[in-house]
Amino acid sequence: MSLIEITEVRKSFGSNEVLKGINLDVQPGEVIAIIGKSGSGKSTLLRCINGLEMISGGSISVAGAQLLDDQLHLKTLRLKVGMIFQQFNLFPHLTVGGNVILSQTVVKKTARPVAEAMARKMLDRVGLAQKFDAYPDELSGGQQQRVAIARALAMEPIALLCDEITSALDPELVAEVLAVVRELANEGMTLLMVTHEMKFARDVCSRVVFMHQGRVHEIGPPGDVFPIRRLRS
Amino acid sequence: MTEFTLWDILRNLLLATRWTILLSLVSFVGGGLVGLLLLFLRISSRKAVRVFARCYIELFQGTPLLMQLFIAFFGLGLFGIDVPAWLAAGLALILWTAAFLAEIWRGCVEAITKGQWEASASLGMGRLQQMRYVILPQAMKIAVPPTVGFSVQVVKGTALTSIIGFVELSKAGTVVTNATFQPFTVYGLVALIYFALCWPLSKSSQMLERKLNVAHRNH
Ligand SMILES: Nc1ncnc2c1ncn2[C@@H]1O[C@H](COP(=O)(O)OP(=O)(O)OP(=O)(O)O)[C@@H](O)[C@H]1O
Ligand SMILES: [Mg+2]
Repeated sequence: MSLIEITEVRKSFGSNEVLKGINLDVQPGEVIAIIGKSGSGKSTLLRCINGLEMISGGSISVAGAQLLDDQLHLKTLRLKVGMIFQQFNLFPHLTVGGNVILSQTVVKKTARPVAEAMARKMLDRVGLAQKFDAYPDELSGGQQQRVAIARALAMEPIALLCDEITSALDPELVAEVLAVVRELANEGMTLLMVTHEMKFARDVCSRVVFMHQGRVHEIGPPGDVFPIRRLRS
Repeated sequence: MTEFTLWDILRNLLLATRWTILLSLVSFVGGGLVGLLLLFLRISSRKAVRVFARCYIELFQGTPLLMQLFIAFFGLGLFGIDVPAWLAAGLALILWTAAFLAEIWRGCVEAITKGQWEASASLGMGRLQQMRYVILPQAMKIAVPPTVGFSVQVVKGTALTSIIGFVELSKAGTVVTNATFQPFTVYGLVALIYFALCWPLSKSSQMLERKLNVAHRNH
């Protein structure tokens, strides 16, 4: 059975149909890159998978958790699949440690010492253990994004959705974030990422999904979807 | 005829000032609590609830406070409920304050970026948890200056309750004037006392706002 099952998913904003019947099955441990032109529906697809947008048709399930429009189902789904955003979206009023602890104690009711230990472990994993007491605005963009990854990981999701997570970063900070993602991929995390980093996609991803006008135009191993000559240009 | 010294006048006015302060505090605290409830209704995920809260707010913002006082005082009397002036005054001011605070705070909540809602939702938080742990702590910080600023309006609003017979500073001014025939002195003092109450509030609101602008740090 696939880990993520996306079946005939449709999504409209008003009369604008953005997803026109998407089918995609993701196996555990797969790393999938989603590429395509601006407006082709990449972000919308990711946002549907964890219920930030409600779908107009079809079905989505992650490890048996169905996407349904009620708080209980949404929470179950979101505990299985975390999301990293382009703009980091750290909580500015909390320290780095506080950011990683909060949802554990609030959503999972984890005892604070346990949550704190988990936070330290995850921050260590992204190489930021020493920033535990810093505030987000004292960090570089790359560091903030790594905290966001630690925050998502602390919830122990089965899969992670990454929407252009390096696009808001200065070029010299992209590598440190990609290194963390590469590490996650090596450890067997299931990843769905919208990215413009073609080299990274080719090196790390098991499959590439090429979206065009709300449909999956092409899907397959990186070598098939973008042959070397297209990559060079 | 008895001679009234300035001290006699001032003493009587200051005694009444206690009631102005008490009524202001009750209105502000009570209005704050009701306002918080209204805020939650106003940004509820259910449309009917949102519409109800919006109607409430627009009704109380769109009618003079004086009318609201009259309705609380005389209106309830029509149903055979005998409302003492202090109760009508407190009730009307609480409901009026709540409408304005809810609207001020809604603006502050909406100033928090959508990303904060999305990040907290994606971590599995429910709506109330998002409000409590993520949105309100940030919104409250920017809400402090306008909220303190509005407290000035509440203090001045209490003056209207003299019309339905609640004896606070303004009413005391009228009473003392009738006894002393020194309206200029009396109302001059009344104005000074109001100023002494309001000025620190508006000044601290300005200072808080400046401090908030200087501290671009979010903590
Ligand atoms: N909340 C929304 N309301 C209305 N229309 C929306 C909304 N979100 C997205 N859209 C529309 O859906 C279409 C697809 O948007 P989406 O963000 O999924 O594209 P994308 O592939 O991620 O593009 P980009 O590469 O620019 O991020 C666009 O036409 C966009 O205008
Ligand atoms: Mg996008």
